[in-house]
Amino acid sequence: MTLNTLTIAEARDALRKREITSVDLTMSCLTAIDAADGLGAFVHKTPEIALEQARAADARLAAPGAPALCGIPLGIKDLFCTKGVPSQAASNILRGFKPEYESTVTTRLFDAGAVMLGKLNMDEFAMGSSNETSCYGNAVNPWRRQGSNVALTPGGSSGGSASAVAADLCLGATGTDTGGSIRQPAAFTGITGIKPTYGRVSRWGIVAFASSLDQAGPMTKSVRDAAIFLQAMSGHDPKDSTSADIAVPDFEAALTGDIRGKVIGIPREYRMDGMPAEIEALWTRGIEMMRDAGAVIRDISLPHTKYALPAYYVIAPAEASSNLARYDGVKYGHRAKLAQGDGITEMYEKTRAEGFGPEVQRRVMIGTYVLSAGFYDAYYNRARKVRALIKRDFETVFAEGVDSILTPATPSAAFGLGEMASADPVEMYLNDVFTVTVNLAGLPGVAVPVGLDGQGLPLGLQLIGRPWDEGNLLNHAYVLERAAGFVAKPEKWW
Amino acid sequence: MLDLTFATPKPKVIQGAKHDWELVIGMEIHAQVASNAKLFSGASTTFGAEPNTNVSFVDCAMPGMLPVLNEFCVEQAVRTGLGLKAQINLTSAFDRKNYFYPDLPQGYQISQLYHPIVGEGEVIVEMGPGIARLVRIERIHLEQDAGKSIHDIDPNLSFVDYNRTGVALMEIVSRPDIRGPEEAAAYVGKLRQILRYLGTCDGNMQNGNLRADVNVSVCRPGQYEKYQETQDFSHLGTRCEIKNMNSMRFIQQAIEYEARRQIAILEDGGSIVQETRLYDPDKGETRSMRSKEEAHDYRYFPDPDLLPLEIEQAWVDGIAATMPELPDAKKARFMADFGLTDYDASVLTAELDAARYFEAVAQGRDGKLAANWVINELFGRLKKEGQEIADSPVSAAQLGGIVELISAGTISGKIAKDLFEIVWTEGGDPAAIVEARGMKQVTDTGAIEAAVDAIIAENPAQVEKAKQNPKLAGWFVGQVMKATGGKAAPAAVNDLVMKKLGL
Repeated sequence: MTLNTLTIAEARDALRKREITSVDLTMSCLTAIDAADGLGAFVHKTPEIALEQARAADARLAAPGAPALCGIPLGIKDLFCTKGVPSQAASNILRGFKPEYESTVTTRLFDAGAVMLGKLNMDEFAMGSSNETSCYGNAVNPWRRQGSNVALTPGGSSGGSASAVAADLCLGATGTDTGGSIRQPAAFTGITGIKPTYGRVSRWGIVAFASSLDQAGPMTKSVRDAAIFLQAMSGHDPKDSTSADIAVPDFEAALTGDIRGKVIGIPREYRMDGMPAEIEALWTRGIEMMRDAGAVIRDISLPHTKYALPAYYVIAPAEASSNLARYDGVKYGHRAKLAQGDGITEMYEKTRAEGFGPEVQRRVMIGTYVLSAGFYDAYYNRARKVRALIKRDFETVFAEGVDSILTPATPSAAFGLGEMASADPVEMYLNDVFTVTVNLAGLPGVAVPVGLDGQGLPLGLQLIGRPWDEGNLLNHAYVLERAAGFVAKPEKWW
Repeated sequence: MLDLTFATPKPKVIQGAKHDWELVIGMEIHAQVASNAKLFSGASTTFGAEPNTNVSFVDCAMPGMLPVLNEFCVEQAVRTGLGLKAQINLTSAFDRKNYFYPDLPQGYQISQLYHPIVGEGEVIVEMGPGIARLVRIERIHLEQDAGKSIHDIDPNLSFVDYNRTGVALMEIVSRPDIRGPEEAAAYVGKLRQILRYLGTCDGNMQNGNLRADVNVSVCRPGQYEKYQETQDFSHLGTRCEIKNMNSMRFIQQAIEYEARRQIAILEDGGSIVQETRLYDPDKGETRSMRSKEEAHDYRYFPDPDLLPLEIEQAWVDGIAATMPELPDAKKARFMADFGLTDYDASVLTAELDAARYFEAVAQGRDGKLAANWVINELFGRLKKEGQEIADSPVSAAQLGGIVELISAGTISGKIAKDLFEIVWTEGGDPAAIVEARGMKQVTDTGAIEAAVDAIIAENPAQVEKAKQNPKLAGWFVGQVMKATGGKAAPAAVNDLVMKKLGL
C-alpha cells in the first residue's frame, strides 16, 4: 500500500500509533506529485518546507496529544497567501509575488502540524469553473471517460485541489468557494468538498474575489476527513471583521450516522429543464438513500432560485472589480514596460491588460458596469434585493423544520477541456446553477460523490445546511456517503 | 440652560456690473481624527515620520488583507457629533469609493456615503458681540485619508508615501448656510476650536490636519431666503467646489475670487458649470481641476469586508457623560461668573489651554483684573517671545499671586509689572519676592504726607500754576510717586496732593 492513498483519518490514526511517520507519508506524496506533472495540479512544489514540517510533526507525534492534522500532507490552493512562497492566485499580475505574511487558514493548519506540499492550480483569481483561466495552464481531471483519452476538466475554480486529492497526490487540499468553486470540482473528481457557513473560516490572507461570498473549505477523500480538516480551519479571527465569534463544535463527533427523523428538503426549483437524466436519477437515488436511513423527505419550494445565477453574476463581479483594483502595477506584482511619454493612465491600462486574463477582464468590466452611475439600482441594488429574497427562501424552509436540503451538485459530469472554449461565457456560468444560492445565502454546502455516470465519470450530490450547523450537515453527508458506498478511483494514466 | 440668543449677520453683498449678488457657501471639512492608530489598521499616525514607515500590510493593500475598524476612531466621531449637538446614528455602514490613483493603494477609499455615523447638527459662528450665524451640519462621516504622491524628487519618476494612507478622517459636511468669506473662515475657526476642545482633532492646518472643500455659488438677493423657506436648491445658483484648502486666508481669498468669477460669467449671460476647482494662492485665482470627460464615477457600494457598524445608546451616553465644557458654554460662563466682556471672554476661550490658565488665575480672585493680566501682560509677553501658553515661565498660580497682591492693595499696578518681569525671568513666589525686595505699596499716610509736603515746598512756582489749572496736580502726584520709588499708593497720593494744594 502506498501511504499517499490514505485518508486523513487513517493517516492520523496510524501516525498517532507511530505505525507510520509523517516523513514517509510526505515522501510518498512528494513522489506521487513528481510523477503527476501531467495533471498540472501543483503549480509550485515546496518539498523542503514539507519535509521540514514533516520532521517537526514526527517530533511532536512522539508525545501524546498532537492535533488531528499533525503530520498530514496537504495541498494549498494558490489563492492562499503563504509566507515566502509564491502566491499569485494563478494570475500573471501577481507574477513573482511572495507574501511576507501567512494566511490565517494556513497559519492554523501549520500550527496544528499540517505539512504543505505546495501550491495548487486554480482559475485565475478563482474566476472560472474549469481551471482553464489559470495563468499556469489548466489542471487536468484524473478521471477519464471510459475508453477515451480526452482530457477532462477537474472543475473550477479549485481544480488543482480537486485533481490533487482525487489522484492521491495529497491527503487533502484547501479550496475556496465563491459560487461553487469547492463543490463543483469535488463533484467532478469524485471527492468531498464543503463550503462552510460564511464567517466560519477567516478570509484573512486569502486573495479576495468577492468578499461577501468567498469562503474557504476543505477538499478531501471522505466526509470524515472534511470534518477533521474543517475543524482545524475554523474559528473566529479578529483580523477578519466578517469572521463570526461563534464556538466551533467537534465536527467529527457529529458523525453519528443517525439521521432518523431528520427532515431533508427537496427543492422543486432545482429540477431544471433539460437536466440530464443521469443527474435526475442520481438525485432520486440520493433521496432514497436518505429515506432508507430514516430521514423524512419533504418537497420544498425555494421560489427565487431562478434569479440566483443572474444575481450572483452581478454581485460577484461588482465586488471583484473593486477588490482587483489594487493590482495596478504600483506596489507589487507585474508592471508593464512603459513607452516614452507614457503616464500613470498608460501604466494602469498596460499593466492590467497584460496581467489579467480574458475572464478576469470580463468580470472586472461587468462589475464596473453594474456599479456605475445610472446602472447601480438596476443591477447591483436589484441583485442585492434578490439575494435577500433567496436568503429568506432558505430561512423559511429551515424555520418550517427542514434540517438539510438535498440537490444535485452540478448539472453534468466533468466536461472536456476546451469544450466550452467557443461557448457563450454564460454557458460556463451555468455550472454554478446549483451552488451559487448557497453562497448568496451564506449557508454551508457540501458535495459528496454518490455514483458514476454511464461513461464512468463521478457524479455528486449537494447537501445544504442551516447556518452554523456544519456538524449536522456533515452527518447527513456521512450517511449519504456510506449509503452510496462510492469507492471508485480514477485509473492512473498520468 | 445656556442662553445663546444672537442676531443674524448680514450676508456679504458683491456689487456686480449690473446688480447686487449674494454668496451662498457650504463646506466639507476633512478633520484628521486624533488617534494613535489608523482607521482600519494598527499602523501609527505620527506626523513627519520617514516615508513609508507607518505602513501596515493593510495600508498598502497587500493581497488578502482586510480592514478592521479602530473603535477609538468611532468614539472620536461620536464625541464630535455630540459636540456639534448632532444626531448619532446607532447604525452606520462603510462604503467603497472606487478610483485609481497611485496614492490610493486599495484602488478605493473606505468612506460612509449611504449611512454616516453622525447626522444633523449645528455650529454657532460668532461674527461679533451678539451676532452669530447658525450653520447647520448635514452629516459627519468617517473615511480613510489617501497617501501622498511626490513628483519633485526625480525628473522621470514619481514616488508615493503611504504614511498617511488609511489615517482616519471625519468629513464634516455643512448645509449651505455660510454667507460670506469672513463667515467661512469664522466657521472653520469655530469648528477647529470645538474639535480641539473635544480632543478629536488637533486642528493643525499647516500639517493638513484640517482641510476644507468649499462650495460656492452666487444668487440674487432674496433667492437665499426662498431656499431657506423651501430647502429647494433650485432657488440657488450652480455651485463650484474649491478643493483641499488648509489656510483661513486662502479660503477667504478663494471664495472672494470664485464669487466674482461666477458673477462675471452670469452678468455676461453665461452659466456656471458645476465643477471642482483648485485655488492657486500664487496667482490668487481658482481654476478647473478636471474636465467633464474625466469626471469620476466612483461606483460607491457597501464595503463587503466590513459589517454594518452598530453602536449602543448606552455607549453613546457614556461618551456624552464625559464631554468637556464646550466653547459657547465656557464663554457664557466666563462672562457670567467673572464679569468679563464679550471680547475678553472670546479671547480667553479661543484655546482650551488659555481658558484653563485664565480660570486658574481668576478662581477666587478679581476676574476682570485676572483677564486683563492674562490677555495684556501674559499673552503680550508670550507673543513677543514666540512662546505657547503651555511653555509660559509664569504659572497660573504665580500670576494668580500677582493678581491677588494687586487686589489686596499690597502692590500697585506699576510695581506689579516689575514683579511680573521678575517672576518671568527669575521665577519664585510673588508674595515672597514683594516681601524680600520691599516692593510693598506705601499706604502709611504720614510718610506720603511728608513726601507731598516736601514736593510742594520745593516747587512754589508749580504750586501757583496748579492752583490756576487743577489739571497740573498730576505733576505733583508723579513727583511723589517718583520720590517714593513707585511704592506709594497712587490713590492716597492723589488725595493728599489735592488737599494740600487746596483743590
